Formats: sequence, C-alpha cells, structure tokens
Amino acid sequence: MNRFDYARPATIAEAVALAAEPGATYLAGGTNLLDLMKGDLVRPARLVDVTHIPGLDAIEPLADGGVRIGALVRNADLAHDADFARRFPAIAEALLAGASAQLRNAATAGGNLLQRTRCAYFYDAASACNKRTPGAGCDARGGETRMQAVLGWSEHCIATHPSDFCVPLVAFDAIVEIEGPKGRRECPLEHFHRLPGDTPERESDLAPGEMITAVRLPGAAAQFAGHARYLKVRDRTSYAFAIVSAAAALRLDGETIVEARLALGSVAAKPWRAHAAEALLAGAQANEANFRRAAEAALAEARPAGANGYKIELARRVVRRAFILAHAGTPARIQALPASPFATGALRHV
Amino acid sequence: MSLSLSLTVNGIARTLDLADPRVTLLDLLRDRLHLTGTKKGCDRGQCGACTILLDGRRINSCLALAISHDGADILTIEGVAQGDQLHPVQAAFIAHDGLQCGYCTPGQIMSAIGLLREAQTGDDPERVREAMSGNLCRCGAYAGITAAVLDAQRSMADAGRAHAA
Repeated sequence: MNRFDYARPATIAEAVALAAEPGATYLAGGTNLLDLMKGDLVRPARLVDVTHIPGLDAIEPLADGGVRIGALVRNADLAHDADFARRFPAIAEALLAGASAQLRNAATAGGNLLQRTRCAYFYDAASACNKRTPGAGCDARGGETRMQAVLGWSEHCIATHPSDFCVPLVAFDAIVEIEGPKGRRECPLEHFHRLPGDTPERESDLAPGEMITAVRLPGAAAQFAGHARYLKVRDRTSYAFAIVSAAAALRLDGETIVEARLALGSVAAKPWRAHAAEALLAGAQANEANFRRAAEAALAEARPAGANGYKIELARRVVRRAFILAHAGTPARIQALPASPFATGALRHV
Repeated sequence: MSLSLSLTVNGIARTLDLADPRVTLLDLLRDRLHLTGTKKGCDRGQCGACTILLDGRRINSCLALAISHDGADILTIEGVAQGDQLHPVQAAFIAHDGLQCGYCTPGQIMSAIGLLREAQTGDDPERVREAMSGNLCRCGAYAGITAAVLDAQRSMADAGRAHAA
C-alpha cells in the first residue's frame, strides 16, 4: 500500500474541497478500496474519509412513495429495513445475495456503485490492463474469459461490473445524487456507469472531485413489489460474484402484463437494462413463451468476448427463470439462500 | 504527521498515536495492542479469520483503516468470556467440535456472536450456513460450526428466559 494523506471532513462541502486535489479518492466502507490498495492496484495520494459526515446514512421515504438512500447507508441496514424490504423486495434480495454478512455491515450504498471490476487481469498487477494503465493493452482478450462481458464490451476492455445491488436499482430507474466542485446534480443510474469504448479507465459519469450523496428510487418502483425477484447464478451458492444475474419485475392486471422491468448483472461493464425485452412484454400475457421471447430480445446484441459464449445462453435462461419466479409472486420472506436458483421451493414454479 | 485515535477495546478506553494512516484495525489489534486472538488469514476480506465486532456489528478488521474508526467500540475474542466462564458460543464450539486446527475459530466465534445479535436466521440451519458464509474453515468443521451456532442460540434464549423469570 502506498503512503497517502488522510483527511476527515465534517461536511460535504469540505469533502468536495479536499477531493479536488489530484489523486484524491473518497473512502467510505473501504471494503473494495483497501483491497485494491493492498494489491497496489490503486495508489491514491489522499483519502478523503466521508464516514464521519453526518446526515448521509438515512433511509428516507419520499412523498411520491419512493425512497432516498443516503450514500453511507450500510448494505445490511438497507436490506434489513423492514419497510424498504417490503416495498423494494428485489433490491433487498440482491443486497443479501452479495458478499458476506461482515462485508454487508461495512459496505455502503454509494461505494457499491463505485466498486471496481473483479476481472482477474485487472487484479493481477503483472497483467496488461487498459483500466489500470491506459494504452497498456488487455490480457483478458485471448485469456481466461468465462467471467467476462458478453454485452457492450470493446477491444480495449471486456470486464464486467460485479454489483448485485445496482441490477434491480437500474431496473427501477434509480437516480444518483451527486455533489461536486460545480455544485449539485443528478444522474440516472442507467447513464452513471460507462461502457469501455476506448477509455475503459473512465468507469462512471463522475467528474474528478464529485461524490455520491444518495441514491433515489421513484415511487413507481414500489408498484412492482408483489412480483419482483433477483436471481443470481454463481460458482458457489453464497459469497461469490455473479456469473450472470437478473432482476425481473412485473406489474400485472390478471394475467396481462401492464409493465415489465428487466436488468442483467455481470454481463457488461454496467448494470444492463433491457428495454427491448420490457417493451415486448408490455401488454403481453404472463407466460413462459413470452418470457422466453423477452430473454431472446434481452440478449439479441450479445456476442462472446472469447470462450464465454455459454454466458449468453445462461443469461437467457436466468432471465426466463427470473420472470417465472417474479410471476409466481414475491415470497413473504426472502428465501434462506437469497437469489439462489437452488433455494428450497424455487423449482416448484418451473 | 502523527494521528491520534481513541478506541474502546474489550471495555477498556485506549488512546493511541498512529505514525501512519495505513494501519488496519487488524494490525492495530495484533501489533500495537498484542491482542493476537484476532487472526490474519487472507488479509483481503475473503476468509473472515479477522472478524471482530465494531460498534456491535461483525466486520472484517483487515479491510478497516483504524484511523477511520476513531471513537469506535471494539469487541475481540479476548473480550467475550466473563473471567473463567466461557461465552455460550465458545462453549458450544467446544461441545460440537466446531473446530479442528483452530486458526479460523476466533473469527468464526465473533461472526457467530454477530449473527446472533442480528437475529435474522431463527433456527433454520440453512439460514445459519448462509449467514456464516463469510468465514472459511479449511479443516471443514462446518457441520459442527452450524450445530454450535444453533445450540448457542438455544442456550442463550434459555438463559434469557431464566434470567427474566
């Protein structure tokens, strides 16, 4: 770990001023940042510790039925907030499907959005990586690709965004609240993360010195509560990053779909909203044939980044299954193994 | 620049000077306070051997900068027994052979104490296993660990009822 200057601001304005320094990085839960610093993969000149700033850790209901999640709300606190979990069950399920209980007690909502890829080549300082060193090349190309992207990747980078939390958030039109040197602004989460193109080192819409202060969900998101699921396929049933995940939600009038929401995780450098699939389901009957067509539409643009073509078919099946589970109804209580396809009773609906 | 840090560790207030902000809570506990019960396994948040309670909640102390937790209340494995009387979770780990080599055990026990405080699992072994997934045991004592957590939960509930009666 490199030496760094440590700063502990008491206000957002102070934090933004301290982070204006080149090389400054915000510190919140630290669960990803410290790991990266120990591997010498990131070398911040200054850490601006925002965890002592008051007022950033509230879960506030909004007048429209939505909710404002402060950037410092811990993953576990959000998932276990009874009112939040009742109105946004797929988000609570996604949170509980991520990391371990210890990490969920430390990791924050804002930090989750800014976590870095889990690409093994990014994590290996001896490998070429355009994210770490722009122009260095990408050793993942032609390397081990089973966890890499199948949507939106470029010749310069095939890494994925590993978040679970962001997947249902993007499906439900979450808004990111941002403060920075030029003041306050908002960005839809869908446009917050960037695809790699030829600048894979630029991962988000944040300008230098900007910080996330909250994530907001509109009231419309809560209208899906009765039929909203998150499904995550991984190498082991707990404490593993997704190979493919999906958040699927339905608003139903009898067996007719009024509105559908779909986003996929770990398939691209950003949480992947599937608008075409949603449009196909709007007005359609809620049945397996239509879920299958939606899955085809969601993956229509997918292409393997190497030997990872299996993820495309896997993603189609995850989407179809997630809609089958959403259609069957949100369980009264999150299942013992959150988001797992191996959960007791999960096969009942297929 | 020296940084000053105040912590309560196992009930004792401590004020420490840090020459360098890079010190993690794990290294502070082991190297400065000589509380070596908290183990360093992977040092990267993957194994759970370094689990402690920070303000009553289980975390990986290897991924926490000490200076960021100025003012915190910390409980480590050294602080859970009452004199010679073991914590019910410690006693249950012994009763159920919830260990073999013992290296991961302090982290397992602190994680289990955190789990019982969270009160999310009930008596469902599947939920206990899921909630303990952040603690690896390479000897594979998982069956005993799950039994120990469930047993400790029962004995603590019984003791609570007896105390209330």
